[in-house]
Amino acid sequence: MYEKLTIHELRDKIKNKEVTIKEVVDDVFKRIEALEPKVEAFVTLNKEYAYKRAEELQAKLDNGDNIGILGGIPVAIKDNMCMKDTLTTCSSKMLSNFVSPYSGTVVTKLEEAGAIIVGKTNMDEFAMGSSTATSAHKKTTNPWDTERVPGGSSGGSAACVAADMAIASLGSDTGGSIRQPASYCSVVGLKPTYGLVSRFGLIAFASSLDQIGPFTKDVRDSAIMLNAIAGHDSKDTTSVEIEVPDYEKALDGSVKGLKIGIPTEFIKDGLNPEVKRAFDEAIEKLKELGAEVKEISLDYAKYALPVYYIIAPAEASSNLARYDGIKYGYRTANFDNLEDIYANSRTEGFGDEVKRRIMLGTYVLSSGYYDAYYKRAGQVRTLIKEDFDKAFADVDVIALPTAPNTTFKFGEKSNNPVEMYLEDIFTVPVNIAGLPGISVPCGFDSKNLPIGLQFIGKVFDEQTLLKVSYAYEQNTEHHKARPNI
Amino acid sequence: MKITHEEVKHIAKLAKLSLSEEEVEKYAKDLGGIAEFVEKLNEVDVTGVNPTAHAVDKYNVFRADELKDSYNREAILKNAPSKEAGCISVPKVVE
Repeated sequence: MYEKLTIHELRDKIKNKEVTIKEVVDDVFKRIEALEPKVEAFVTLNKEYAYKRAEELQAKLDNGDNIGILGGIPVAIKDNMCMKDTLTTCSSKMLSNFVSPYSGTVVTKLEEAGAIIVGKTNMDEFAMGSSTATSAHKKTTNPWDTERVPGGSSGGSAACVAADMAIASLGSDTGGSIRQPASYCSVVGLKPTYGLVSRFGLIAFASSLDQIGPFTKDVRDSAIMLNAIAGHDSKDTTSVEIEVPDYEKALDGSVKGLKIGIPTEFIKDGLNPEVKRAFDEAIEKLKELGAEVKEISLDYAKYALPVYYIIAPAEASSNLARYDGIKYGYRTANFDNLEDIYANSRTEGFGDEVKRRIMLGTYVLSSGYYDAYYKRAGQVRTLIKEDFDKAFADVDVIALPTAPNTTFKFGEKSNNPVEMYLEDIFTVPVNIAGLPGISVPCGFDSKNLPIGLQFIGKVFDEQTLLKVSYAYEQNTEHHKARPNI
Repeated sequence: MKITHEEVKHIAKLAKLSLSEEEVEKYAKDLGGIAEFVEKLNEVDVTGVNPTAHAVDKYNVFRADELKDSYNREAILKNAPSKEAGCISVPKVVE
């Protein structure tokens, strides 16, 4: 039963010797073995490593040493994060045999904090997608309804926490890839401010947008995970040198006097009525708790999605140029010369969505189109950022739904790429502006499918974001619901 | 916006991907659809607006120029599809 607990519940039980770390690891692997055939959340399991770590950490604890803020907690990481001597595939055929020779900074930090990394989770290939269905390996299902997608791209990381197959996990968010699956699976998903968490060892998709963050069962756990992974890293030049606070201290349970902005105009189109109802109820709840709710306008937010579909593929086409069949990764068996190795390895190694985005990125950056697409997208990006700056002069946080709909069935949106892209309409502006965003469970639709509430904060103000999320969560019951699987 | 088969073939060549005729047809349609979707940006007046490339303003991050150990050669080469004499090998490129 220990797999059902949160980090903050387990850490006390472990420290007070009510349970051994091995017993916790046992329960998590029992749960994984029972549910993996249904959920298919993992690409790789680190069972041997996990038990070895459990033994080491227990010995330290028994010796009276400090085992860290995540001491003995089983966590999972998305398969685009490099872990030394461990398969790191990005859910792509291209990297299906890539064993990382080093660990990324988040992995090192998790280990230093005492976490036990039980496995690497399934994702959309190279994090490109909103369903996890573009994975080359397997089809991760939504624990609330296994006919439906868990969301994406960090679908495995969301599903494993929702199904108690890990206590917490890490995902990465380029346009919503933490928040949207968190919403679809009824867990808490946090995308920190760009630059707060090191990207060293995160396989790049769109470098100016990618950010690593946690999936957890509640907001307190989200703060604990952020405490473990935040901070400057000299190995990532985009990592920002700031003093990292203790995020758990921000959770005081109050929203009295806090100003919350609602971008009414931006969210009115295309919003599923059941999602709207849950969102309106959440806002009423926040008012009841003493928050001051104000209408705000984000005039340029509606352009964030087209901006994203220029910037992200442009950066991706450049980042993914490194996969050439030479140094590592997949190499074609079918070649006569070097040129063939490049083209055939890439053609055979990449899946459909990845190729589509490489093609799109190459197109928008190609000679004669640069000004019309990439430059213009960068200009509109400035206007979107300024929009948020203006809004945050008046309010402390912004609230909006995480996604316009609840989870959809496999194959339902795969014929038209643009239709799939629209699921990210409320999450993408946050990445474009580099802001922090969080999704917290806020109810269920009539099919009992989860709905997420999103808060957006000021740059590096994760404290207010976590504070408002915690107050909302503690005054509602949604986060306590568990899927019947 | 229409993207021609010729353009798709040209982009594929730049991206080092080989496409079948069917795929050319499919990408022409898909890319055309996405290009039409992003054309919405043409309605925005961007006169005099500086483009943003990165959400956080940072310039020229330097580190001290110190000699440090790099990764273990054997460990790196483990991932190479083919190797010879401690190097990654490729087909002959000069005649």
